[in-house]
Amino acid sequence: MQAFYGYKDGSGEWFIVIDSDRCDGCGRCVEACPADALEVAEDQFDPLSEKPVVRVKEEERKKIRYTCAPCRPGYGETPPPCVVVCKTRAISHTESWRQSYVKK
Amino acid sequence: MAEETKKEYWRWPESIWVNPGIDWEKGTIITAGVDVGSVSSQAVVLVDGELYAFSNTRTGSDSPDSARKALSIAVDETGLTVDNIDYCIGTGYGRVNVPMAQRTITEIACHARGANFMYGPEVRTVMDMGGQDCKAINCDDKGKVLNFMMNDKCAAGTGRGMEVFADLIRVPVWEIGPRSFQVKKEPPTISSTCVVFAKSEVVGLLEKGVPENDIMAAYCAAMAHRIMELLNRLGVHEKFVITGGIAKNEGVVKRLEKELGIKTADKIWYKHSYKDYPFDTQIAGALGAALFAGAMVSKGKVKSARKK
Amino acid sequence: MIVAGIDVGGKNVHVVILKDGARAAQGASATGIQKAQAAERLYEETLRKAGLKREEVGCVVATGSAGKRVAFADACIADAAADARGVNRLVPSARTVIDVGAEEGRAIKISPHGKILDFAINEKCAAGTGTFVEAMAIALEMSVEEMAAISLKSSTSIPMNAQCAVFGESEVVSLIHQNIEKQDIAKAVHDAIAGRIASVARIVGLEKDIVIIGGMAKNEGFIDSLRKEIAMDIPDDPDFVGALGAAEAAAKGLLEEKVAVKVVGQEIVEGGEAS
Repeated sequence: MQAFYGYKDGSGEWFIVIDSDRCDGCGRCVEACPADALEVAEDQFDPLSEKPVVRVKEEERKKIRYTCAPCRPGYGETPPPCVVVCKTRAISHTESWRQSYVKK
Repeated sequence: MAEETKKEYWRWPESIWVNPGIDWEKGTIITAGVDVGSVSSQAVVLVDGELYAFSNTRTGSDSPDSARKALSIAVDETGLTVDNIDYCIGTGYGRVNVPMAQRTITEIACHARGANFMYGPEVRTVMDMGGQDCKAINCDDKGKVLNFMMNDKCAAGTGRGMEVFADLIRVPVWEIGPRSFQVKKEPPTISSTCVVFAKSEVVGLLEKGVPENDIMAAYCAAMAHRIMELLNRLGVHEKFVITGGIAKNEGVVKRLEKELGIKTADKIWYKHSYKDYPFDTQIAGALGAALFAGAMVSKGKVKSARKK
Repeated sequence: MIVAGIDVGGKNVHVVILKDGARAAQGASATGIQKAQAAERLYEETLRKAGLKREEVGCVVATGSAGKRVAFADACIADAAADARGVNRLVPSARTVIDVGAEEGRAIKISPHGKILDFAINEKCAAGTGTFVEAMAIALEMSVEEMAAISLKSSTSIPMNAQCAVFGESEVVSLIHQNIEKQDIAKAVHDAIAGRIASVARIVGLEKDIVIIGGMAKNEGFIDSLRKEIAMDIPDDPDFVGALGAAEAAAKGLLEEKVAVKVVGQEIVEGGEAS
């Protein structure tokens, strides 16, 4: 099950995608995130499941663009730490984060 | 503030219904779902998995009161009270404020489950727009969520976006849909994505003398376009259904269908025996919650909270 | 050499006229709905103030969200380009520019020569702009200036949950109903937008010196909140810096004979060209 956490407004689409079928609740991404934006908890979208999975914290969801900004997803440099440490490729940022602005 | 006396252009009318064919005292498992939204609240009561009663009312400024009121209004005059309920689940924006609920479940899971019950197992995509959010949900034949996307950060593409517009042009929201089709031809859509900037754009159009119906068409088209973008990012599959207040706005629904090239499913109950029951798209969340409650009790996953 | 820069923004128009590099006159007025007319009127008025005639002006460059509507401009440049040039002239040590206007909030990373190296923008969303502050002031039933003034009296921090101007308005109304002091709500409003602007600025990195411009730079409540996160300089007349930058571009254009003929609406997006 793919959960898109984030929002879309006039300035763009800013979502983190977490695939709960792939996520094994290991919590490496939670440790790796410098903004402390992630947590592992019960799967709120599958009330009959018992497997804990990772999700974006409620207080970060609606400003995720800014929360993630220091890791620069979409700039075409190294992927953000949460993506790098995940062994099951359960977490990613949507294509819409790609930056086309002037760079050095 | 003079809010009470101000004309409310943006509230859908309330509704209440009790199933005349069920005697709750003869039922075994009675469950309830209460969906407290930012604008409206719904309560659904199921007796042995069958629809017994529902209400669709306004959310007041106090969420716990709204929850209590929604449930008591639904079962008013039936003699049923909270103490007779085996399990109650709260959902929606105000779900933490449903005092009689034994637990809460997100409205995403509840809307999928509720839509599956209302429209049938062929449902694969549910779009729900509530007062302050818009969700696109893909589900399987049992109403289980396969993926979803929600926007509740930005007012554009939410019920609030339509309310602000209705207030601005002073036309009740239930008239906007039909009037938006009384135009010679489809006007260009409102270009601003943001509701606040769209307001200025609308004011500009009004000052230029653009007919009101045309402005309504432009606004509905803009909203339909925003929803389409959210849905396309996720992927839309038939049967496609819309729940929530927006399902009642033909101005947005028809334009969305046209943009997607997919028609929404007819608003008829999947169960034949329900064909004369009222079909209110806004109860899907509360219905899903009540169904989850039923599943949990009957599978022995939770203890009954029933007192009498 | 006489040149002019015209910044037609979402809320206000600004004009700066330079004579041999020095400011001859400047003017500001509301943009309103008839943007082209507002620009024209203000330009005429500013020329009068400077004691100049239209024919004496060698080059006019426009900028701003409605810059393209200025029919008599010789060229139109992007806001970021105008900001970069304007700040570079006023504060040569600036390396980060923050510009918050009525319709957009942006952060620009610039080189010592004023070339754009990176930028981040909050556009088409009122939440990161002056419009947010205006909407909240209306909900509080006071002017933007009053709201800024009382916010300075508050010593309580209440977080605003809403990240949207429309939802924010409902939140303010709900806070009023909860009998929260208006000064505390005012502070919460400024803290909220300052937080968003600081976040946008962090996207490009906060290399010093950091300069803030645009209409919002005059809002003392907002600046007070933002100073808690970023140390920055505010030039005089921060809302004129865009127009100043456009005027600088006009001067450069004339000097380098880039703009020999009247080219209406031609956009020169900076960044990538040699300075």
